Amino acid sequence: MTEYHLKTPLCVADVDMLHAGDVVFLTGHIYTARDKAHALMRKSGSPVSLQGAALYHCGPLIKEGRVLSAGPTTSGRMARYTDEILSSGVRAVIGKGGVPGEPFRNRAVYLAFPGGCGAAAAMQLKVCGVHLQELGMAESMWDFVAKDFGPLIVAVDAHGGDLYRDVRASAQKTWKD
Amino acid sequence: MRAEVVKATVRALQEAETSLQAWVLQRIEEAAQRETNSIARSHLEFMLENVRIAERTRLPLCQDTGLPIFRVQMGRDLRLDFDLHEAVAEGVRVATECIPLRPNAVDPLTRKNSGNNTGPGMPDIILDMVDGAGLTLTAFPKGAGSENMSLVGMLNPADDPFDFILRTVAERAANACPPLFLGIGLGGTFDLAARLAKRALFNMPGSSPEELELLARVNRLGIGPMGLGGDCTALGVRIERSLCHTASLPVAINFQCWAHRSATEVIR
Repeated sequence: MTEYHLKTPLCVADVDMLHAGDVVFLTGHIYTARDKAHALMRKSGSPVSLQGAALYHCGPLIKEGRVLSAGPTTSGRMARYTDEILSSGVRAVIGKGGVPGEPFRNRAVYLAFPGGCGAAAAMQLKVCGVHLQELGMAESMWDFVAKDFGPLIVAVDAHGGDLYRDVRASAQKTWKD
Repeated sequence: MRAEVVKATVRALQEAETSLQAWVLQRIEEAAQRETNSIARSHLEFMLENVRIAERTRLPLCQDTGLPIFRVQMGRDLRLDFDLHEAVAEGVRVATECIPLRPNAVDPLTRKNSGNNTGPGMPDIILDMVDGAGLTLTAFPKGAGSENMSLVGMLNPADDPFDFILRTVAERAANACPPLFLGIGLGGTFDLAARLAKRALFNMPGSSPEELELLARVNRLGIGPMGLGGDCTALGVRIERSLCHTASLPVAINFQCWAHRSATEVIR
């Protein structure tokens, strides 16, 4: 378990050195996207370049341009979009609960932020801008500037490591016994 | 009295969204002390830190400020000359603006957001008649992460309900923000089982031998905080039961995330 402090946009070398169980803190731009933003991007593309981007599954609570609470939402709902999101250049997907790990191989990581910790996350994030605002507060694509955003656990790495898969397999085995 | 109900609704939501009850915090602290997995332990400690930040800033501890669910215990000697549901709804609208809360309530088909967390069916008020002339209102804002993983099973009476519960938790817990509180509804009908499971969350935590055994079995799954592995998958289990048809075995599991938010206001 190694701790890394990285800057976005991320490059292949950044992703390559990370292994499941490592802890990452991110500084730089982070874009939020959840259900509606993903559906819209599938139809008409992303309003921002996603090359090297960190995409955060998050529907924040914002008031007057200030982040008040911004923890992760359940990534599983967005799993159907993983392949196209990673193909558009995203190097890190941030969320909770995980998504199937296969699409991440050789190109990206999935980072888990502790769920429910929206107040702590808000301390590390500032609003830089907003896209797709017509989707409403939770579903807009917020452009955050992060300072040491974390702890982010590398839950799925680019080398086939996947903490959720391992934990699920072990839980299934325990249940069947 | 209507104005008091509106104010009590706002106060209960403010308290529930920005802090956790002492017994909930104590369960998380004890779990952190016992935890042997280092990622899991750091998650539990971060959750406690998050609650301290929320209490200090008076801001919602989770951005999913939930749907407005309330339990109202109303004295039998009380006569209300106003619409209780409408008064609580007004409190929710005020709270959405002033705490603030994220507008979460949308039409199930058009997905259009009402903008203030109220509208058809919302808030959801679970009403109980009690002795006396008082009115007790408890806010239970309920987030979608854990609610989405909840399930009702219409089992065969020959099935083992605890096997069903364990299999469901093994499959679904990671998405529900563990460590969890599990509200279990045993028996009744299709809809009664679900309501019993919600009431089980209100009456958390349980301490019967069945509840403690189920809690221990869930924790042996090793799913851990946020599904990343660990000794602590659940912090509490409560079972509410009802008679059921001799041909039925309804079982409902209402998942509750680690942030078991609730706050009570008493109006006399």
